[in-house]
Amino acid sequence: MSNGSLPSDRRGLMKLGAALLPALAGLEAGHAGIGRAEAGTPPAAAPAAYAPGYFTATEWRFLHAFCDRLIPADETGPGAVEAGVPEFIDRQLATPWGFGKLWYMEGPFVDGPPELGVQSPLTPRDLYRQGIAAVEASVRRAQGRAFAELDAAARDAVLHALDKGETDLGPALPSAYFFASVLQDTLHGYFADPVHGGNRGMGGWKMVGFPGARGDFWDWVDRHDGRPYPLPPMSITGRRA
Amino acid sequence: MAETRRPEVDVAIVGFGWCGAIMAKEMREAGLRVVALERGAMRDTWPDGAYPKTLDELTYNVRHRLFQDLSQSTVTIRHNEGQQAVPYRRFGAFLPGQGVGGAGLHWSGCHWRVLPEELRLRSHYEERYGRGFIPDEMTIQDFGVTYAELEPHFDFAEKVFGTSGTAYRVKGQVVGEGNPFEADRSSPFPLPAQKNTYSAELFRRAALEVGFHPFSIPSANTSAPYTNPYDCQMGPCNFCGFCSGYACYMYSKASPNVNILPALRDDPEFELRPGCEVLRVDLDSTGRQATGVTYADAEGNTVTQPARLVIVATFAYNNARLLLLSRIGQPYDPRSGEGTVGRNFNYQNMATIKAFFDTDKYVDPFIGAGGNGVAFDDFNGDHFDHGPLGFVGGSPCWVNQAGNKPASGIALPAGSPGWGAAWKKAARDAYRHTVSMDAHGTNLSYRDCYLSLDPTYRDAWGQPLLRMTFDWHDNDIRMSRYVTAQMEKVARAMAPKSINVLVKQPGAHFDARSYQTTHMGGGAVMGTDPRTSVLNRYLQSWDVHNVFVPGSSAFPQGLGYNPTGTVAALTYWSARAIRGEYLRNPGPLVPR
Ligand SMILES: Cc1cc2nc3c(=O)[nH]c(=O)nc-3n(C[C@H](O)[C@H](O)[C@H](O)COP(=O)(O)OP(=O)(O)OC[C@H]3O[C@@H](n4cnc5c(N)ncnc54)[C@H](O)[C@@H]3O)c2cc1C
Ligand code: SF4
Repeated sequence: MSNGSLPSDRRGLMKLGAALLPALAGLEAGHAGIGRAEAGTPPAAAPAAYAPGYFTATEWRFLHAFCDRLIPADETGPGAVEAGVPEFIDRQLATPWGFGKLWYMEGPFVDGPPELGVQSPLTPRDLYRQGIAAVEASVRRAQGRAFAELDAAARDAVLHALDKGETDLGPALPSAYFFASVLQDTLHGYFADPVHGGNRGMGGWKMVGFPGARGDFWDWVDRHDGRPYPLPPMSITGRRA
Repeated sequence: MAETRRPEVDVAIVGFGWCGAIMAKEMREAGLRVVALERGAMRDTWPDGAYPKTLDELTYNVRHRLFQDLSQSTVTIRHNEGQQAVPYRRFGAFLPGQGVGGAGLHWSGCHWRVLPEELRLRSHYEERYGRGFIPDEMTIQDFGVTYAELEPHFDFAEKVFGTSGTAYRVKGQVVGEGNPFEADRSSPFPLPAQKNTYSAELFRRAALEVGFHPFSIPSANTSAPYTNPYDCQMGPCNFCGFCSGYACYMYSKASPNVNILPALRDDPEFELRPGCEVLRVDLDSTGRQATGVTYADAEGNTVTQPARLVIVATFAYNNARLLLLSRIGQPYDPRSGEGTVGRNFNYQNMATIKAFFDTDKYVDPFIGAGGNGVAFDDFNGDHFDHGPLGFVGGSPCWVNQAGNKPASGIALPAGSPGWGAAWKKAARDAYRHTVSMDAHGTNLSYRDCYLSLDPTYRDAWGQPLLRMTFDWHDNDIRMSRYVTAQMEKVARAMAPKSINVLVKQPGAHFDARSYQTTHMGGGAVMGTDPRTSVLNRYLQSWDVHNVFVPGSSAFPQGLGYNPTGTVAALTYWSARAIRGEYLRNPGPLVPR
């Protein structure tokens, strides 16, 4: 057994990245599809009201530019940035989860078959710090600019390469794993109750029609007419959208 | 960090989930002094299920607030002996509970009685299909107890849980529209069946159309107010949809905390000690008699708790681990086939179909309850002729809409992108218009699927983690594919826009990353032969007579149904044997 080893070859990296994908619960329908690259507007600036506790100014810009392509703003619904996803992620990184305290983190970290799950020693905080730096470095090498300065189509191309595990982010961080982690956190931020800092104005819930913390469907369960539950979303704070 | 010794009690119970709570109540009714040691925190409806804070998907379903603290202890997994096992570092395929109430505080509530033929699976198949029908590598065997013996305990457990359902046959008389494949019952369910969600109603109609026999899933979520035999009260379930993974704020989902603990809490002869990690069952110098248990308390002290009787109720595979750590029984060796502890580890075998409807048809999947739904049993157990099919086992099929919420993932039609603008449209068009149905099948037991102690990884107390050696076998994949194809007829009869069939491909490996179920079993199985079972038919250790081990660990192979109804009935059956014969005459209840 390779004691405490990290995956050291390209195949190992791919396996580790691929290992996270099914953890995106509910994406059973195949996560591999190609998103349409749209010439979106540049990401909105971070709202002044929230000062990130973990991310540096450069990372913060990167995160906005990244989430903005994962869930772009359009007529279907708000984008991740409007929805406050970066704030959500920053706040989550201050919780025990951010420090990897919800996971078994004893070594040795040995690469197993992908089906046996992620074996990375990186905490979410490590993952963002190392991943953002590595993506920035790779983008700068290739295009001579910061990721946030790229237009929407160029950013989408970077995301696709990460998603497919094609970008080299160093031995500890397969790019597909980095991508899948940020996507997962973004979806959580888009759909979690607004008390956690994302899903601003319950925009994520409004987009899909989830009524949030209603917590009582006694009168609706057996209508059986295929018509929609009529009430708008509500947060656990009691606020309504 | 001191070492202390507490005064002796009559009974030490390890783990306070369903099994621990039932045993505690039964042992108190027998007049014994009981201490229950639970590794997790004190938990109850308040504050852990308090409205409105409990309606928080991120905290409870995504971050798993009420589940086991994996940072302290987990298991390792490998597919076969040739692999190095790696730790189950994050939740995926299964979600073990922790804390007072165990997984019983935040389970779903599908509450089943085992099928009579599953209790004598090997005998049944040999009788109907011949000895050669069961593959060599398959180590299925009989439980050593019959449905008739367990029936009174199923009946009582349903009354304790306040189970909602429609009986089919009571005392030989057909009484209702329940499951026509169900075994005879001594009384109807204590509560009528719950209402159906729209998705379950669509499934019911489609199943009838195809010619199957749909019925309401027996649900330990209440259809009406209820008071159980212990005087514990429940309110009616309102289909809040924050059910599996959450404590019920309505006192509607049966749990050890709602349905048993209130009857024990003020009892001076009962003590519940949370935050106590039991490290081992202590044995005397002969190794044939337990003297109590040793645990680490929340302050890190090592405490010895002497007891005359020890109940190991730590959940499924954990039970095998505690026996291995305590050197009770002989560890199983897959090469020689000798030894029993860890043998016949088994699980569940799920397949799912998603049916996507047009956007003008609202299924509203957020309306739901954990135990609620409609099932058909035409392909469960031996309700269909296995002869020409050539596999053992079966699956109930159902719509069990427990409440699907978007942060846990939105199922999309095949080929949909996972992000970007096109994902948004797909998610919007799918979320409220999808019916999800499952074939919840058997996983049988095999010579090479077993539990042992891991040689490398340790828990926070320095003890070896449990190692699972487990993979899918061809028989089970063929069974699942066959039954899923039957369920697909029902999905198509619902006339959806498209369907997605998520079923194991031939040769598929066990995938620890995506949820299967938390219905593992075996490792400390019951039976009639000490060479192939750890426990006798009363869940008593063959080797150490004052150790009893309730839980799905006793199942020699997996069931088609969810396990807890059968776990509860077996626990009452074992408790009655202790209260009767064992206390009169402590010793082996079955000669070795
Ligand atoms: C999300 C979910 C949904 C489910 N839905 C259903 C369903 O619909 N129908 C069904 O039949 N079943 C269901 N189950 C399974 C059901 O929860 C279990 O079968 C049931 O809880 C088993 O009871 P138990 O007492 O054996 O174990 P548990 O309820 O898990 O209790 C065991 C307790 O022992 C404690 N413990 C473990 N080790 C130690 C130790 N060393 N020292 C001290 N304490 C220890 C644990 O912390 C735990 O609290 C579900 C499970 C989950 C997770
Ligand atoms: S769905 Fe019903 S049983 Fe489940 S938590 Fe909500 S009210 Fe309780």
